[in-house]
Amino acid sequence: METVFSIKPLLAVLVSVAAVPFLIWSRNPNTRETWTFAAAFVKFGIVLSMLPAVLSGTQIVCKVAQVMPGMAIAFRVDALGMLFALVSSSLWIVTSAYSIGYMRGLNEHGQTRYFCFFALALSATIGVAFAANLFTLYLFYEMLSFATYPLVTHHQDQEARSSGRKYLLYIVGTSIGLVLPAMITAYALGGTLEFSTKGFLAGTGSPALLTALLFLFVFGFAKAAVMPLHSWLPAAMVAPTPVSALLHAVAVVKVGVFSVVRVITGVFGVDLLQSLHLSPVLTAVASVTILVGSFVALSQNNLKRLLAFSTIAQLSYIVLGLGLLSPKGMTGGILHIAMHAFGKITLFFCAGAIFVATGKKNISEMVGIGRRMPVTMSAFFLGSLSIIGVPPCGGFISKWYLVTGTLEANQMPILFVLLASSLLNAAYFMPVVYRAFFCTPEEALFENRVQEAPLFCVGPPVITAAISIILLFYPQPFFRLAESAVRAITGG
Amino acid sequence: MSHHFPALLVIAPLLSAFFISGAGWLNRRFCLPLAVASLGVAGLSALSLFWRVVQQGPVLYRLGGWDPPWGIAYAVDFLNAPVLVLICIVALLNLWASHRQVEEQFKEKTGAFYTLYVLMVTGLLGITVTGDAFNLYVLLEIASLSGYGLIAMGEDRAPLATLNYVYMGTIGACFYLLGIGYLYIVTGSLNMADIARILPGLYENKAVLTALIICLVGLWLKMAFFPLHVWLPNAYTFAPVPSAALIAPLMTKVMVYVMIRLMLTVFTPGYVFSTLGINDAVVWFAVIAIVMGAILALGQRDLKKMISYIIVAEVGYMVGGAWLGNRAGMTGAILHIINDALMTLCLFLAVAAITYRMKSYTFSSLKGLIRKMPFTMGAFILGGLSIIGVPPTCGFFSKWYLITGALQAGHYGFMAALLFSSLVNVVLFFRIIEIGFFEPFNEGHGHGEHGPEPMNEAPLSILVPLWIVALGLVVVGVYTSEIITHVLQFAIPKAIL
Repeated sequence: METVFSIKPLLAVLVSVAAVPFLIWSRNPNTRETWTFAAAFVKFGIVLSMLPAVLSGTQIVCKVAQVMPGMAIAFRVDALGMLFALVSSSLWIVTSAYSIGYMRGLNEHGQTRYFCFFALALSATIGVAFAANLFTLYLFYEMLSFATYPLVTHHQDQEARSSGRKYLLYIVGTSIGLVLPAMITAYALGGTLEFSTKGFLAGTGSPALLTALLFLFVFGFAKAAVMPLHSWLPAAMVAPTPVSALLHAVAVVKVGVFSVVRVITGVFGVDLLQSLHLSPVLTAVASVTILVGSFVALSQNNLKRLLAFSTIAQLSYIVLGLGLLSPKGMTGGILHIAMHAFGKITLFFCAGAIFVATGKKNISEMVGIGRRMPVTMSAFFLGSLSIIGVPPCGGFISKWYLVTGTLEANQMPILFVLLASSLLNAAYFMPVVYRAFFCTPEEALFENRVQEAPLFCVGPPVITAAISIILLFYPQPFFRLAESAVRAITGG
Repeated sequence: MSHHFPALLVIAPLLSAFFISGAGWLNRRFCLPLAVASLGVAGLSALSLFWRVVQQGPVLYRLGGWDPPWGIAYAVDFLNAPVLVLICIVALLNLWASHRQVEEQFKEKTGAFYTLYVLMVTGLLGITVTGDAFNLYVLLEIASLSGYGLIAMGEDRAPLATLNYVYMGTIGACFYLLGIGYLYIVTGSLNMADIARILPGLYENKAVLTALIICLVGLWLKMAFFPLHVWLPNAYTFAPVPSAALIAPLMTKVMVYVMIRLMLTVFTPGYVFSTLGINDAVVWFAVIAIVMGAILALGQRDLKKMISYIIVAEVGYMVGGAWLGNRAGMTGAILHIINDALMTLCLFLAVAAITYRMKSYTFSSLKGLIRKMPFTMGAFILGGLSIIGVPPTCGFFSKWYLITGALQAGHYGFMAALLFSSLVNVVLFFRIIEIGFFEPFNEGHGHGEHGPEPMNEAPLSILVPLWIVALGLVVVGVYTSEIITHVLQFAIPKAIL
């Protein structure tokens, strides 16, 4: 595989950190938001400029500093990292627009702090996406944990404080308590931390030790919210909705699964996991999370909590896809990083738009809301279709590949898990949509008069919903990236 | 001139201490420039020595031209050269940060403070640079006595805390002296290199064993190795902040250095790790120190006490790492001497900034502090992240080596203790961040811009050195590779694998 040296990955990481001083010293909010947009567009532009090279099979590498003998802060852009970076940097632009609508619509305090830490969080996300080794990944993973803490606790009240505690306890507790010893053990075994397509742990330790290591990693990256380490995510819903939307549906949680994917493919390697017969265990853990998460989502009345549990379940689709260790399943899993992102962010945007326009958080209070906010609720409908995995939305493709992956791996029970989960998804999303549009005038809690949230709140979900549809008909470049990532991993 | 640097390192501050004391009587304005100049000379000597060691290897200096073992030798090698630089940097930065507070707080005692300050640094530099076991004791007493004075200048219960420290510290120093006495009886020499040359034939001798054990106990008392730590928390808490910010980063760390020096140079690794067979027990003591330090830190309600107990835990890191008996553990321990000194300095300078404005260092005075003193708290958080061990701050890298060492030695208890203490540190620092960020609740956060926030930041004379240290934590972390490949790997004998 061809490799090219370039500082573009470093620039892509740093551009949003570099924007922070400008955000702080902007004299008025409009200038400040201009800087955010500038940083977001530049970031997306840099990521996009690397896309053709990555699609043609080139890897872009950049070594920043040798921090310890045998360990460096280094970036390497491959298909997998590119896919994730593309998703998060493009959605940052949309979310920035949405943040303006939401934060100003609610007249929130501390907006400068909010935009600064948002920019920091995005830097960390891209850092994880482009990390060339486990150490760099861990560095940015931790940076993301601490950068999102002020965002989660934005309201600075008692509830935010206790949620922030839970957030840190789970996220930082596991990364120090589980990932750090696992990483040091992996380094002691393999003598390196560089990701490689075949992994670097093959033939280094006893099967029991390697199995233990794998689970230290899978549970240790608690941002992936694999049960039983999931309950930080519903708690983190006290954050302002744009934070929930971008960070807790896309960036933070996907950083978690992305790290798991990297460990499965780059540290252990598919062959090693197959020889250890770990596929059934991984898929079983993921299946439990999928089913339990969906069942809990059924009983939620708070819309954002429902979305949180739905996210917990959907994240495990990705773990499940990778755990199948079959090419189709892995393609589906990786593709789901992108497909779920666009669908779920739409849903969060809608939940926030409803809150801005009406102040309602609970589903029981949203009967008939389709009359008042038809655009928002249509976007919500499309987003939920994508999550359920039916046409005309992109979620269909990833689910299709996951299902064929289960057949390929000959794991029939998993097929039923996926089908059951789809039904459950429909069962918790469709009533929301149905009750929003179809109810008798007596039942309706809203007047029959269209009154949407501000444009900056309504525009973004419409855009992301539209992208969700487009992704069904035009899934490239994500599809090609996922395919070439899987080709690199399986060597086929 | 340049070959006299090892002597200059000690002589310059020692002599200037007398002049500072005189200036204290005549005109207090001269005290600070004199102190800065003498420490500057010492710092430049240390830097150039460090450079020479890295370029050409160890330097041996004969005081007065007398050859060892009769004369006193000063030996600078890869182990103590970085420690010398560290002492000078910490002393100078703290002087910069605290001079304003010293002059406001001590008034007519300013001269006395600077005299003791410079004497303390003299002692520490001497302990580090000397190659003579008895000379080390003399300089240890210089450092300790001036340290007692510095702590006793505090208010409230400072005199009582100092008395406690005097008792414990004197016992510790006596133990060390006794141990050296035994060694002298057996070997007839006081020069470290000379003792190391004579000892191999005497390893079976019970007196040698006694000497080592007694020395170690003395040093452990001095470095506050749990359960010999009881003097430390009160001494550091009731000491005036300018004193605490010098003593806390340096005293325990220099004592750890002396322990490692005895282990590596005087008694040789072969004897300490193989013949003796106590390393496992010592590491278990370190485990207890780490766990207890962490737990006791959790129970504190003021910043200085909390940091004091963190130091108790960190001493456990270093002792445990050194006694693991492998290269990674020893590297971690030595690296942690540097890192922990910088982290402790960062935290204490932040405490200095907070006390300067708030006149208090209890947790309850931290309310809303992230808004009032964002720069101070920013540096404090950076220091906290380093103590927790978050990359790329330096605390992560020493912890990495310590854990690797524990793993290689198969000492999972030590590994678990390190992780436990990291997790407790997360709780400790985020508890403070919570108080600073959320409280007081009654101000009505939530909706609406509050308008321009009232900021009450510490003066630049504290903030600038504080941020130099805070950024230094990251710089040292990123340059860990350089430090290890160019310096530390030569500090550890090849016999340790």
